[in-house]
Amino acid sequence: MFPKLPFLKKNPKDQSQVFIPSRRDFLKLSTLATGGFVLGVNFQCSGPKGELLTFAPNAYISISSDNQVTLVAHRSEMGTGIRTSLPQIMADELGADWSSIKIIQAEGDEEKYGNQNTDGSFSVRMFYEPMRKAGATARTMLIAAASSKWGVDPKECDTQQGKVIHSVSGKEIPFGDLVESLQNASLPAPESIQLREFSNYQLIGKDVPIYDLKDITQGKAVFGADVNLPDMKIAVVLRGPVIGAKVVSFSDEKALAVPGVEQVVKISGPSFPPGLDKALEGVAVIASNTWSAIKGREALEVSWDLGENQNYNSEAQLAEMVKSTSQNGKVRRERGNFAQAKSSAARIIERTYEAPFYAHATLEPPAAIAHVKSDGSCEVWSPSQHPQWAREAIASALDIDVSLVKVNVTLLGGGFGRKSKPDFVVEAVLLSKAAQAPVRVQWTREDDLHFDFYHSHSAQRIIASLDSSNALSGWNHHTVFPAIGSTGSKDELHPSDGEMGLGCVDFPFDVPNIRIESHESTGHVRVGWLRSVSNIHHAFAMHCMLDELAEARGMDPIEHALSLLGEDREITFQSEMVGGEYGNYGEPIDAYPWNTGRMKAVIREVAEKSNWKQSKANGKIMGFAAHKSFLTYVACVVSLEKDSSGKLRVEDVYYTVDCGIAVNTDRVRSQFEGGSQFAHSLATTSAITFENGVAQQHNFDSYKIIRMPEAPRNIHVHIMESMEKPTGVGEPPVPPYIPALANAMYQANGKRIYKLPFQI
Amino acid sequence: MPTYNLTINGEQKSVEALEDMPLLWVIRDLLDLKGTKFGCGQALCGACTVHLDGTAIRSCSLPISEVGNAQITTIEGLSENGGHPLQQAWVEHIVPQCGYCQTGQIMNAASLLQSNPNPSEEEIEQSMAGNLCRCGTYNRIKTAIQSAAKNL
Ligand code: FES
Ligand code: FES
Repeated sequence: MFPKLPFLKKNPKDQSQVFIPSRRDFLKLSTLATGGFVLGVNFQCSGPKGELLTFAPNAYISISSDNQVTLVAHRSEMGTGIRTSLPQIMADELGADWSSIKIIQAEGDEEKYGNQNTDGSFSVRMFYEPMRKAGATARTMLIAAASSKWGVDPKECDTQQGKVIHSVSGKEIPFGDLVESLQNASLPAPESIQLREFSNYQLIGKDVPIYDLKDITQGKAVFGADVNLPDMKIAVVLRGPVIGAKVVSFSDEKALAVPGVEQVVKISGPSFPPGLDKALEGVAVIASNTWSAIKGREALEVSWDLGENQNYNSEAQLAEMVKSTSQNGKVRRERGNFAQAKSSAARIIERTYEAPFYAHATLEPPAAIAHVKSDGSCEVWSPSQHPQWAREAIASALDIDVSLVKVNVTLLGGGFGRKSKPDFVVEAVLLSKAAQAPVRVQWTREDDLHFDFYHSHSAQRIIASLDSSNALSGWNHHTVFPAIGSTGSKDELHPSDGEMGLGCVDFPFDVPNIRIESHESTGHVRVGWLRSVSNIHHAFAMHCMLDELAEARGMDPIEHALSLLGEDREITFQSEMVGGEYGNYGEPIDAYPWNTGRMKAVIREVAEKSNWKQSKANGKIMGFAAHKSFLTYVACVVSLEKDSSGKLRVEDVYYTVDCGIAVNTDRVRSQFEGGSQFAHSLATTSAITFENGVAQQHNFDSYKIIRMPEAPRNIHVHIMESMEKPTGVGEPPVPPYIPALANAMYQANGKRIYKLPFQI
Repeated sequence: MPTYNLTINGEQKSVEALEDMPLLWVIRDLLDLKGTKFGCGQALCGACTVHLDGTAIRSCSLPISEVGNAQITTIEGLSENGGHPLQQAWVEHIVPQCGYCQTGQIMNAASLLQSNPNPSEEEIEQSMAGNLCRCGTYNRIKTAIQSAAKNL
């Protein structure tokens, strides 16, 4: 019953599972839509005119006799467009009329829908084939029904705009008219299902507007806090100021005196480490409205045992971490002999890089609605990236069977990894149980910034050796940061293989001597995963150092990267891994190899699109970085301009991206537009620090994210034409932007950047 | 608790609320209009933007007792069926990502175009600086405002 929490296991190998599906899940899924796991044909009665029949060949598609095609979106929508893109794939294979389809959001049920953990940029990668097969299966059955009705060869039929069409006679029949004859149909053999030729797609590879577009602009879209239930109460929670703090005693007298406040309830939480799916210890104020709950919380009097993190100071830890990188660490990857390369070097360049804690700061703060009913069952509405995990965490918190828990997924007002964790949903169910009523737990912005699962701060040291011919002979990268695993276990002192595989051990450049090392650090706050995870700091260090090396070697940074990538080839890191594995984002390296040719192609393209050489010659201030993450190849050029007052602004960003087949080209572009703006905040404005265990940033005045006047002015996204398997785009825009901007800043003022955030 | 009579989206409503209850919570909790969003509670993000007599304000920071006789307009009252030129431009340019900030953005932009029907790029940037978008849709917002201004 209790969920598998792979990242809490001690085996560091399993940590890679945090953001990636297990291979097993994937295989299960690939059979899902091909007949290995189907709901079969089912009946449904509704409508005033008697029986409305439904044809539902699998969990994702149903067609009713009134011609309504309904597609199920089973992954969470947090702004990537996935709620549109996956149904778009199905609809294209099906030949549905996109303008009249209906999309409904699946509840959390992985047995029925397969993996719903919307994380790790893997929705399209994982579901492109299953969605095509789901649509093609339904199409095959519709064509079989129509052709037998007409007495024609099914090969002469196709589907289009919600109809089966016989190409020879021109006869056509709407899907709905075939539903009755499909009531007893059996599923075709999976191997008989033919997918469409790519060139015949009408929706895949096109700019398809998101399904919720009009609802969003009219304020009708339903996010986490927007669900209203009869007699619902509102709760806000005063959590221990330091992670792991415990309530010693509290007085609810003044809180209960606030009009509208109805109840004050203690929530018991773990001491340190807090885990990823538990509610934190706190005292909740339950009221008839949000404002009364907020005021009631202000009136609470609580005395805390602050616990072991009450003296934690993040600046002091970071200084320690920087120091530790000059020692020998735990070797994670080794090629050749770096020590020798260093001792025989003509020149050694050694740099340290620092990055702070970051909060997700989704514009929608966490909120969830729970109704624990008198029969012991429980229903939840929440903006969850991982509804199945929420379901299991709820079952565990209430000590009920998971089958009694229903998790409805609303739209997410941003996710970025924060809303994978079900802690806030667990709070809602505990409070609903205590109140014996439906409860919405509402986080304020202060709660969000104080109790996030932060991106860890980090220190890195890179030592590069140049030999007598000025070639890069050695690369030694040290990295240290409190690992995600430290949130669940005090034994997790090193970054996991998963985290090391995000922009550190997967150093792709052709350098003869490579040594990658990690160092120990301890967790004191909740650490999680934020859009592109460890790639954020690793890519910053790696590509800033490369820029510096290019200069030291008298080379143009783009020429330098191209030459260091070497021959077009596929790289495997596994043989050089020391005591661990290269995760490759959960995919086998032979299916998704690290292809230097694809990387060089995006780099050449970005040079051309940005007119790199000419513009630089003309005095443009430009920086470059190229970074593969989540199996997607990205190159980025950032160009700065000075206004009349001398203030710098990013004038142009050029991205080239090879994500294989791009399903929804508009959403690929929008992820890159948004990704650069997200990264711009990480690079220039945002940082969380802790003093005495308490986050020092409370709202958007101190945890800053960029505003319109600071945003890059023009963002140009070029999607490479490709027939390779699709890979994700939610995270890959972030990592290369930060070093590209930092390298441009060096061009602007001659100062190298070694610490995030920096001022521009 | 005192009673307040409000004019919201052209309708008369009467609510009982603590006098310091921000208009945001009156709108969301008491009137059940959910298009206006909570993002920060401190007038820092703009998610809660509504119009008071046609001018954009941050409803999270305006106590109900100070609303008086002013006309309140929320996103639900901006137009019939999303027909406002800004809403149409938002659709045309597929502006939203997660969508959470967008109603506040549209309300703020509507107030801007009301007072300045043909804003320069810099005026747009300055007038929209109070509205955060964590997903990073600033470029498309700007483009949509410019295109709506042309169609006004
Ligand atoms: S919620 Fe009002 S400005 Fe942020
Ligand atoms: S679209 Fe997500 S915050 Fe703006």
